[in-house]
Amino acid sequence: MTAPAPLLDVRGLQVHFPITEGVVIERRVGAVRAVDGVDLSVAKGETLGLVGESGCGKTTVGRAVLRLIPTTAGTVEFDGEDITSLGGERMRRLRRRMQMIFQDPYASLDPRQSVGAILAEPFRTHGLATKGTSMEARVRELLDVVGLPANAASRYPHEFSGGQRQRVGIARALALNPDLIIADEPVSALDVSIQAQIVNLLEDLQERFGLTYVVIAHDLAVVRHISDRVAVMYLGRIAEVAPAQDLYDHPLHPYTVALLSAIPIPDPEVEEARERIILAGDLPSPADPPSGCRFHTRCPFRQPTRCHDEVPELRELRPGHTVACHWAEKLEGLRP
Amino acid sequence: MSLAEAQAAELTLELEPDEAGGRWRQVLRRMARNPLAIVGAGLVLLFVLVALLAPVLAPYKPTVGDLSRIRPGYIPGPSAHHWLGLDQLGRDELSRILYGARYSLLIGVVSLAIGASVGIFVGATAGAFGGWVDNLLMRLMDIMLAIPGLLFAIAVAALLGRSLRSVMIAIAVVNVPIFARLLRASMLSQRESDYVLAARSLGVRRGRIVTQHILPNSMAPVIVQGTLALATAIIDAAGLAFLGLGSADPAVPEWGRMLAETQRFLQSSPQLAFFPGAAIVLSVLGFNLVGDALREALDPKLRR
Amino acid sequence: MSLLAVTDLTVTFGRGRGRSTLAVDGLSFSLDEGETVGIVGESGCGKSVTALAILGLLPRRRVTVDGSVVFDGRELLGASEAELRRVRGREIAMVFQDPMTSLNPVLTIGRQITEVLERHFGTNKTDARTEAVRLLQQVGIPDAARRVQEYPHQLSGGMRQRAMIAIALACQPKLLIADEPTTALDVTIQAQILELLRELVVESNTALVLITHDLGVVAGLCETVFVLYAGRLVEAAPRHDLFARARHPYTAGLLASVPRLDLPKGEPLHPIKGSPRDTIPWAEGCAFAPRCPREVPPCRTGPPPLGPAGDEWWHQVRCVNPVPVVSPTPSSTEPPS
Repeated sequence: MTAPAPLLDVRGLQVHFPITEGVVIERRVGAVRAVDGVDLSVAKGETLGLVGESGCGKTTVGRAVLRLIPTTAGTVEFDGEDITSLGGERMRRLRRRMQMIFQDPYASLDPRQSVGAILAEPFRTHGLATKGTSMEARVRELLDVVGLPANAASRYPHEFSGGQRQRVGIARALALNPDLIIADEPVSALDVSIQAQIVNLLEDLQERFGLTYVVIAHDLAVVRHISDRVAVMYLGRIAEVAPAQDLYDHPLHPYTVALLSAIPIPDPEVEEARERIILAGDLPSPADPPSGCRFHTRCPFRQPTRCHDEVPELRELRPGHTVACHWAEKLEGLRP
Repeated sequence: MSLAEAQAAELTLELEPDEAGGRWRQVLRRMARNPLAIVGAGLVLLFVLVALLAPVLAPYKPTVGDLSRIRPGYIPGPSAHHWLGLDQLGRDELSRILYGARYSLLIGVVSLAIGASVGIFVGATAGAFGGWVDNLLMRLMDIMLAIPGLLFAIAVAALLGRSLRSVMIAIAVVNVPIFARLLRASMLSQRESDYVLAARSLGVRRGRIVTQHILPNSMAPVIVQGTLALATAIIDAAGLAFLGLGSADPAVPEWGRMLAETQRFLQSSPQLAFFPGAAIVLSVLGFNLVGDALREALDPKLRR
Repeated sequence: MSLLAVTDLTVTFGRGRGRSTLAVDGLSFSLDEGETVGIVGESGCGKSVTALAILGLLPRRRVTVDGSVVFDGRELLGASEAELRRVRGREIAMVFQDPMTSLNPVLTIGRQITEVLERHFGTNKTDARTEAVRLLQQVGIPDAARRVQEYPHQLSGGMRQRAMIAIALACQPKLLIADEPTTALDVTIQAQILELLRELVVESNTALVLITHDLGVVAGLCETVFVLYAGRLVEAAPRHDLFARARHPYTAGLLASVPRLDLPKGEPLHPIKGSPRDTIPWAEGCAFAPRCPREVPPCRTGPPPLGPAGDEWWHQVRCVNPVPVVSPTPSSTEPPS
């Protein structure tokens, strides 16, 4: 029996931003290889977490998948349809099915629009509700779903707290009944005590509306909590993909191991007992990434052969668990 | 947490009483707290009222003079009948100052309206389309900026004759590239905002994004520039009149022209130069104060 | 005697007649030489303002600072600007959150270090330069001799933060205040910086006040933890006690709402309801009452006093209905060593 086709299937995605010089006539002198060969697939109803540190390209992947920025190479398939070069009206209509939640609740809402206008815009754009009572009713419904009172519609974004604004952003993403929502750092800009509220809200909404999520974040603890599977990115490529719990129980890629050991845990006993792997040095520039395995310049387990010149491909080492490392099997035994 | 709990969790939206309302109401409130803004607004209001109501307020006609009252070396100063005294041709100084406000306001507003409109149109087009359109328009603006304003005014006066109209054209043209560049730059920075990206992800058409999202949010610096440019227009008009490029009609009570004509009386009757000079300074000061206060009130960094 | 004793610190920001905000509302805490202390709280709790108030760095206009800050036997509040300048950099140093804006972009890293040395020790240029290179090495910047001539924008975020720490430690201060030093950094870089702080503080016996919102950071680094809410201390305890037996509902709520990597994934999170904005003034009652799951009527009658949590005198909590301890273990009634 074949598994159902994934809702989102990304193959070989590359997004390179050109670096140009010259004032009147611009010459291309290089490129920032923000995303440099990414394969991802997300099944319907699933939550895929995409983690990595700054510069790894995860936000760029999110935007490229939604076709908000142009792709340099690779394909994006949504519900079986190749949307990589889809344009015009067809893409516009398709947008109803794939939406985004943004990181910064202060910048992602137009300060000049009332909340009601912000939420009415998706309907108006796609001709889904005429002005007047039916639009108002829909807006009220959306506010209710995200836990905001109905009188919020007449207020302006600056009158709300960060958490409340984020709820407005979520409501906006839900307006068109999408199948897929890409949440780009949905809680990192919020206070700790509010993050849990929003995470719970997202989970409730997923259950209620049968949503598929791609959650992009740098906070591994939050991502593990909310995701079914997690993909770890480093410098434009995927290092490891695994079911959420498996990634934390059996990390296979040295970068994942280092990442996990770096996360502070609010328990002094655990903190004292931990052995940390402190990575040396800084992140290399995406404009000039290292040859071979991108991570080899900082990898505490670098081997003399292959790491420097051969780009590792994702290989399945455990059920549903793939890793891009030449020496992953050998290293399993060596780690703390 | 269930949805019901989520609703309960969102306790009543407690708002600071002065944070409610749209963006402009917020801005006005902030300005109202600024004492200099109040002073500036007062001056501007005074200026506009005087300009509008000059025929009602002025005790005499500004162009009718009684030469019999003037003797060489003696021009009557302020008195009970003529609060600011007479000018060198026996006309009531107060009435001339009051009427002068009309000319200054007229020149300032009209030339600014034309210049700003054209400039905004060019800037919006460049900002909306980008690419070669943007490039072409901005190079045109660069050329316009390269021509010294004064020289241009003289050229216009030479071509079209010395008149108020020439002055207005000159000032309007000088303002076009200023507004164009300002709006374009503002639009460029708004274009990168997350809310624009959000609108794109919703499928909002590009045209609507520009008109509904980018343009309205880009107008703030343009409006500030508008008030300051009005101040500059008044000074420019006075300056051009002072140089003799304004209206050729000697009866016109334009402040700059009055300044020019009274230069030779500085020793004997300095008040004749003082009054129009003070009028120019006060009206320009008013607009500048309002413009500065507006800029401060619009600054997002100062928001809590 | 404590190195730093803050008593009833109150910072008021005035915005014109009758409209003022209490950023810090009667905060008291102290630390000894060589002790590492964490001040934890969310945005708006007053933690950064506290740090600035200690060093006298708050603006003079429209800001009133009351209370007492005694450092090494001297009262800092109300001290003259000259007195404060002697203390800043030399005895108390501060590391800020965003190294890009706290470092002077037009001066080289080296110059920013030598500036401090010349100012406080009168060191001559050559010696200061050598010391600067040594300091950069000490904070783990590779190729220090070259880096010392570089400008902040040429360094990465982690490097810049290390440079800031080098500047702060240049005069071997007795107290280092670090205000969210790793919040702007990636998690692997954060681990590096925290490790660095840990080593440096032990080596030089500098007292450290670490201000952060991240409970995990505090758990790994600080001996004593102070929890702030709405400008006042609500719980203070040695770290093992705080995390194992948090008594204040806010602390317990924070700990319960954060997903933990070392615990099994599964049940939904338990957030604290409402938002940090939903508070009542301390004068009227407990500021946390509107959001507290354990609220009882006395919470709204007046500010709860700070007192010991049960038998543990070393564990202070400001609550009339604190979270009960599950079951007393033998070690819980012993003071920490």
